Amino acid sequence: MDAFALVPWIVFFPLIGLVINLAFGRRFGERFSAIVGTLAVLSAFVVAVLQFVSLQAHPHGAVVPLADWINIGSLQIPWAFNVDTLSVTMMLVVSGVGTLIHIYAAGYMHYDVRYKEDPGSFTRFFIYLNLFIAAMMILVSGNSYLMLFVGWEGVGLCSFLLIGFWYSRNPDGSKGLLNSQAAKKAFVANRVGDFGFLLAMFLTFWAFGSLSFDQVLPNAAAVDPRIIMAITLCMLIGVTGKSAQLPLYVWLPDAMAGPTPVSALIHAATMVTAGVYLVARSAPLFGAVPEAGNVVAIVGAVTALFAATIAVAQNDIKKVLAYSTISQLGFMVAAVGIGAYVAGMFHLVTHAFFKALLFLGSGSVILALERAHHPLDGHHDEHHDDHHDEHHDDHHAPFDPQDMRNMGGLRKQIPTTYRVYLIGALALAGLPPLAGFFSKDEILTDALHANMLVWVLLTAAAFLTAFYMGRQIWLVFFGEARTKAAKEAVESPSIMLIPLGILAGLSVFGGLINVPVLHPFTDWLEHTLGHDFAHATVFNFGVAIFSTVLALIAIYISWRLYGRKPLAAGEADPLQQRLGFMYKGMQNKWWVDELYDALIIQPYRRLAAFLADVVDWRFWHDWVHDTLIGRGFGALARFLAEPVDMGVIDGISRGLAALAKGLGRGFSLLQSGYVRNYALMVFFGVVLMIGYLVFSS
Amino acid sequence: MIPVSYYFALSAILFSLGALGVLIRRNAIIIFMSVELMLNAANLLFVAFARANEALSGQVFVFFVIAVAAAEVAVGLALIVVIFRNRQSIDIDEMSNLKG
Amino acid sequence: MEFLLQPLNVLTFSPVVGVLVLLFLGKRDGLSRWVALGTSLVTFGISLWVLGLFNANDPGLQLDFAYDWIQAASWNIKYAMAIDGLSILLVLLTTFLTPIAILSTWHAVEERVRDFMIFFLLLEVGMLGVFLAQDLFLFYIFWEFTLVPMYFLIGIWGGAQRMYAAIKFFLYTMAGSILMLLAILWLGINQGTFHLPELLALGNIPAQEQFWLFLAFAAAFAIKVPMWPLHSWLPDAHVQAPTAGSVILAGVLLKLGTYGFLRFNLQLFPQAAVELAPAMATLAVIGIVYGAIVSYSQKDVKKLVAYSSISHLGFVMLGLFALNAQGIEGAILQMVNHGISTGALFLIVGFIYERRHTRELSEFGGLWSIMPVYAVLTLIVSLSSMGLPGLNGFVGEFTILLGAWGAGQGGALGSIWFTVFAALGVILAAVYMLYMFQKMFLGPVTVKANEALKDLSWRELAIMIPLLVLIFWIGLYPKPFFALMHPAVEQLVTLFQTAAIP
Repeated sequence: MDAFALVPWIVFFPLIGLVINLAFGRRFGERFSAIVGTLAVLSAFVVAVLQFVSLQAHPHGAVVPLADWINIGSLQIPWAFNVDTLSVTMMLVVSGVGTLIHIYAAGYMHYDVRYKEDPGSFTRFFIYLNLFIAAMMILVSGNSYLMLFVGWEGVGLCSFLLIGFWYSRNPDGSKGLLNSQAAKKAFVANRVGDFGFLLAMFLTFWAFGSLSFDQVLPNAAAVDPRIIMAITLCMLIGVTGKSAQLPLYVWLPDAMAGPTPVSALIHAATMVTAGVYLVARSAPLFGAVPEAGNVVAIVGAVTALFAATIAVAQNDIKKVLAYSTISQLGFMVAAVGIGAYVAGMFHLVTHAFFKALLFLGSGSVILALERAHHPLDGHHDEHHDDHHDEHHDDHHAPFDPQDMRNMGGLRKQIPTTYRVYLIGALALAGLPPLAGFFSKDEILTDALHANMLVWVLLTAAAFLTAFYMGRQIWLVFFGEARTKAAKEAVESPSIMLIPLGILAGLSVFGGLINVPVLHPFTDWLEHTLGHDFAHATVFNFGVAIFSTVLALIAIYISWRLYGRKPLAAGEADPLQQRLGFMYKGMQNKWWVDELYDALIIQPYRRLAAFLADVVDWRFWHDWVHDTLIGRGFGALARFLAEPVDMGVIDGISRGLAALAKGLGRGFSLLQSGYVRNYALMVFFGVVLMIGYLVFSS
Repeated sequence: MIPVSYYFALSAILFSLGALGVLIRRNAIIIFMSVELMLNAANLLFVAFARANEALSGQVFVFFVIAVAAAEVAVGLALIVVIFRNRQSIDIDEMSNLKG
Repeated sequence: MEFLLQPLNVLTFSPVVGVLVLLFLGKRDGLSRWVALGTSLVTFGISLWVLGLFNANDPGLQLDFAYDWIQAASWNIKYAMAIDGLSILLVLLTTFLTPIAILSTWHAVEERVRDFMIFFLLLEVGMLGVFLAQDLFLFYIFWEFTLVPMYFLIGIWGGAQRMYAAIKFFLYTMAGSILMLLAILWLGINQGTFHLPELLALGNIPAQEQFWLFLAFAAAFAIKVPMWPLHSWLPDAHVQAPTAGSVILAGVLLKLGTYGFLRFNLQLFPQAAVELAPAMATLAVIGIVYGAIVSYSQKDVKKLVAYSSISHLGFVMLGLFALNAQGIEGAILQMVNHGISTGALFLIVGFIYERRHTRELSEFGGLWSIMPVYAVLTLIVSLSSMGLPGLNGFVGEFTILLGAWGAGQGGALGSIWFTVFAALGVILAAVYMLYMFQKMFLGPVTVKANEALKDLSWRELAIMIPLLVLIFWIGLYPKPFFALMHPAVEQLVTLFQTAAIP
């Protein structure tokens, strides 16, 4: 007996949690909301595990139809779930990491909502998180591109809601529009990607006659490769949007405006990997046209390096991780582009572990500083708070607890966070035997065989990764505290530390799921991807040693720069002098935001204003309609009214009236009123008549 | 036998007298009498021509005229009486209300 | 008696009963409201009864009747009504939105309530008549009849420039209708009947004449839709109209135009439709993109929503002229969707206008923290309007675009670029909707007057909830809606397959 029929519940459980919290969450308080939200995801995780267990017996999975959705003629799209090794892998990651992050968030948000002076938002946070899990589950479990798209846009919405969670503030906590701006940016950038996805779906439907995976993917060989090329390239647009690749990655760094658990869950571990999942899912399509795969690989590799350079020069602890995420997503996209689907998915899984760990760890660091900066007392009030600010802040600049220049020496204050963070950083840097080592190494090995350029780019990115993670560790945890808050940093409560510990464990041992020689993960995915797209990568000692040595060198350099002589408060970054203009470019993110602003956003604004004010309103509405037609009609009417109507037609009638009046006045003179006159007139009349009668004959 | 032209002349004279009376006099009763004079001038002609042409229809007309004249006098005198009651006068020049 | 008991006659004229009651009521405002609401609810009930009588598997006309009406010389005019898969959803939409619109006037209309309600119910009669009439002459009468109550609704209960807007609305629509009237007369006299089923059965309109007749009908309908560039009356009418008027205007009156295209232009002149499809699609796509861009730059919320209508109706037109099943069914569904979503958006604008007496975007900001329920409802409706999957707008837009793409690959449209540009509208919709949402609800509270605003009342919630239910229902399970229209659309589509082969 398998549990495939239960699969819809991975969506329903989070939805149930959402509804309960929506109805009762606020009434029963924080603890209730957190428990309901977490239990909902945990239940989904249990369902996912059941799927996993069932798949051991039936590795080819099943399609579980739930209901009809859109049925028009040949267009038949049901709500149907697809259980196979690929989707269950995603389900496990999403619900597993999701559960841990929910637990963590229960602790983190308790403080965050108080620092943002809106405790009621605690429930709202868990509602959004559950909504996100539901949407993400639809994304990974849908059996058609359209259902995947439902989840795809659904997670985009959740991303919008969660980035803009503190919608009335700026990322630094002050009141402003910037958070909502970031949220909007994320949604719109994703929409641009979705545009490509939509076109890909139209092409797919009219080429294959269906959007279901089980009808599209096996038939890839039967369709004109040029159409498949177009489909895959359009899909790539979608991937660059959702997985934050060049050129649409710009939303992800700004997305750090969301609370830190959100950054961990959505913008590192799960949602942003959807693009990788999409490509892996569409492996037969990408496999059919290797040129398209190459484009994907180049995009991924270039992004990986590009984002890594920016990460090097960021001072915000979360921004470093954000660019690192973009970079790592580039690794995954490059991997699936060169056809190393298993390696890409493997890195997706391990990355979910250690990047979630890093983000949550950074949250713990931030909270540690925030709590030291202004502690939450039992009777915390605003006045008290302001008082504190005056003491701590350098005059008027608000204290930014995310700025690494405000940290330093934290390993003593928050040792647990330090340890798990170190594990995450080393895993990300790709040092053996941590999880990141195996997955990254598999990608690099495959890249070496497939495409030299990709390998070079990725290796360079890997080098930079180790460097910036080293830099971060030195800046945050070593040296001396550069602010009072850093000196008094408070370790987070255990509700936050336990998930960190579990994730640290996964980051250490996660590599085992596809350990060289045994390749359990490759065999697992082969059931779905087929042998053509899931081949075991032979462990290459040359690559492994080379990349490990590179990573060690990078860490050494970072120690030389940041570790040997720790940064003092107010001191400039040592890279600044050494790299000069390059550093400026890295720090300013190569001015891409400014470029987009100048090339797209401002022109669009001006175009919209021009069309709306000048073309539509002043020209079309006011001039053509009101002036030309309206006044023209008025002028014609006046012409007809005054010269024509009043002059000619009215003139005739008025002339007649005047004539009649004049005649009347003349004749009235005859009416003297004297009977005699009348009689005389009668008399003359008679005389005239008689005269006429007499003389006429 | 007296020729018809004599009657004609007499009738003409009577009619002219009546007409002049109507036009010249201001007393309503006299005007009334003048009207009677004109009617009778006409009657005279009717009778004269009837006799000359040996046809009775002229004489029948005279009866009608006399009957109508009698009725007219009755109505007319009644009107005059009413006017006199209202205005204490039967001078028709004082009754020029219809002046345009 | 048989005449009076025809279900469609009962449906169309049931609001008249309410009008008669209102006429004898005198100036009792409260009672007038209840009578009007009750009447519209009864009408809605009757429409559900009609839905029960309707057989979804039958592609033809149902519940039809035709009585001789004006029979003189070569004039053969019938009093004929019927319902089919093309019209039933729109009839339901009309009867569904009317009580909602009436309920929204509870506090918004305080002057001459009885007159307002009378006009509103008369408007419903006209709209139902348009959807149900099966005789060109009768159709024309109902078509023009809808103008009169709307004219007064805008002209009496509208905003500051109401007379200007009302007159513009009236004249603009009349101007197009004249051409249609000529075409109707020509058609009716030449073909010997005004009765639509008879005309379809004859089916012998030469291609050349189809072309001109198509254009004459299109003139009337395109103005009503409104298609770019004939949209200039719409922002004025919407901005000036009272909330309930806007709801009905956007929700139903605009659909009269798209329905006209569907019922007359596509059915009667299939060859011309095939011939002109690329031209119509071009205008539709321009409308989609133009409306979306112009919306983004509006400062008045209501105007923004009005321009977004132009964009949305562009999708409907594109779907209709894809001339395939996906496109047309998507278009019909999108008519309903637009009625629900844009109707809801106008209600939402109305709620805030009643509170603040302004609609300037710059007057708002940060409302989420003050009116959370209102904010969430607005978010859902906005998302539905911008086509988020799982909500109603997506199902319509997706099927339309899919159909248009198919029509572009060897169908009536001949090019996929229509769809590509139309799909750009999906991005732009997100841009302007989110812009509006951000300006109104996100960010800090900047205007003092907003701080004391009250969240939605139970009455306002009661208005919104049916709309929300439909938004989710159509988004998640649109099957019953497609099932109602599918046979009729299939039958219609075969017309174009034969028309495309000359």
